[in-house]
Amino acid sequence: MALPLDTVKKVAGLARLQLTDTEIEMFSQQLGGILDYVAMLDELDTSAVEPMVHAIELTNVLRDDVLAPSLPRADALQNAPKQDGRYFLVPAILEG
Amino acid sequence: MGLSDLSASELLDQLQSGAVSSREVTQACLAAITVQDTAVHAFLHVDAADALQQAAAIDERRVRGESLGLLAGLPVALKDVLCQQGQPATCASKMLSGFIPPYDAHVVTKLKQADAVLLGRTNMDEFAMGSSSENSAFGVTRNPWDLSRIPGGSSSGSAAAVAARMTPVSLGSDTGGSIRQPAGLCGIVGMKPTYGRISRYGLIAYASSLDQIGPFGTDVRSVATVLEAISGHDPRDSTSVNQPVPEYSKSVDQPLTGLKIGIVPEHFSAGLDTEIAAAVKSAIDVYRSLGAEVREVALPHAKYCIATYYLIACSEASSNLSRYDGIHYGHRATSFKNLNEMYAASRGEGFGAEVKRRIMLGTYALSTGYYDQYYVKALKVRRLIRQDFDAAFQQVDVIAGPVTPTAAFAIGEKANDPLAMYLSDIYTISANLAGLPAISLPCGFTTGGLPIGLQLQGRPFDEDRVLRAARMYEATTDWHTRRPNG
Repeated sequence: MALPLDTVKKVAGLARLQLTDTEIEMFSQQLGGILDYVAMLDELDTSAVEPMVHAIELTNVLRDDVLAPSLPRADALQNAPKQDGRYFLVPAILEG
Repeated sequence: MGLSDLSASELLDQLQSGAVSSREVTQACLAAITVQDTAVHAFLHVDAADALQQAAAIDERRVRGESLGLLAGLPVALKDVLCQQGQPATCASKMLSGFIPPYDAHVVTKLKQADAVLLGRTNMDEFAMGSSSENSAFGVTRNPWDLSRIPGGSSSGSAAAVAARMTPVSLGSDTGGSIRQPAGLCGIVGMKPTYGRISRYGLIAYASSLDQIGPFGTDVRSVATVLEAISGHDPRDSTSVNQPVPEYSKSVDQPLTGLKIGIVPEHFSAGLDTEIAAAVKSAIDVYRSLGAEVREVALPHAKYCIATYYLIACSEASSNLSRYDGIHYGHRATSFKNLNEMYAASRGEGFGAEVKRRIMLGTYALSTGYYDQYYVKALKVRRLIRQDFDAAFQQVDVIAGPVTPTAAFAIGEKANDPLAMYLSDIYTISANLAGLPAISLPCGFTTGGLPIGLQLQGRPFDEDRVLRAARMYEATTDWHTRRPNG
């Protein structure tokens, strides 16, 4: 069953993804098909099963708090689309 | 016999004895790339001058009598998902076109410490999402056995480069089969170690609870040697486990006595190509003839693994890939009215269709009202899948079966049907969900001349046994010695 176009648009907004009308139509069909397929999980009663978030279920991995050099500023900025040698540059966030 | 006919372990012997220099081996690889890669397109970036410089430096140190690392002088190709300081890392995405990592991945540091020669960067499905290389933004990689077919994916170039003997070994990453599936389809050996065996620091993330780095080679020994070099704890990845690393390269040739092999009847049911079923069954017969005990085991939740995987992997991907915001690195759109539009336009322009599809599915599965129904449900089924394996490994040491349901398919055959593409990972995905080590090795060819892979899965951190079991089979067969075009 196709995912409604409004839902596709809403999810794209949450994901900060600009989609074309063609993509919205395509994902409506394809995501609908995938969701129909994954509905097979509903066959299983999992009310007594704990979720498993990791294959190695470690908790509280600690290490000594030792001072170490971090990435130099120039290196951290080197791949930025816009920067001024000190900061990442973004469009104005507050208008007016 | 040329240098490119030798496996990594044979090359290492010759390098150590001084029969060949690293410069000669590296030059042979670069020559093979020049001749073959126009057709195969396994590499995205090769810095020949840098590779030869690394090789010459190692040769000089050898001449001076310095003690050298486990992989001294051996060329290694890297999947374009692994960060190497000063070399491009694009994940085969327009989003990261031009990105130069400011640091080395832990495995790259380990390779440098082992005195390997870093040869170049290999093509892949964009952000490791795919099974064919058709999702690369920089063109498809072709299967060296048949250039009209896909090499598998997502570690497409790393597998094809080894199969075509353009590099003796390479590294890939495996989130749902992305090392084992292309290894199987390209007729080489590829291993996904236990989750936690190798640090993921500097591996550009797709699905962090499933991603693992692993090696490709032309034989099991080579894979064992590279695995030994790159394994081990790293405090920068808190999921890497602090356990000693066995000397896989030393133990790999010791056959196992009393080996118990499990087979899963459902693996051989509908959907599996008959030639593949026959090849895998005769491989299991080889184990019987070597004295192994073969018994059936049940994995009752196996049929749920693809559904479980896509919900978990896409949920994690939607979170991991939110970092591509057009601000810190990566593509930024030029036309937008405000910050929010800048994010959306940059991401809409930078990502390809499969990456968008997975971000959309993951965002949906994590969104209010659906989180329990999809994401948490999948995490619960994940535990059931792991419990199936725990029970099976009470009875057997390794589980043997096919790697893929079919041999390499034609380029374009599944490109417009995402679900059909996802189903090609049906036998490999559960090892990622359960966190198990698993290896793919050659076990035959179809009548059309395409490679067939055998998969062995083992208990967590039991790589040593998986490798030895694989080597036992390999030592009695010659599939791994065959190569494309001869």
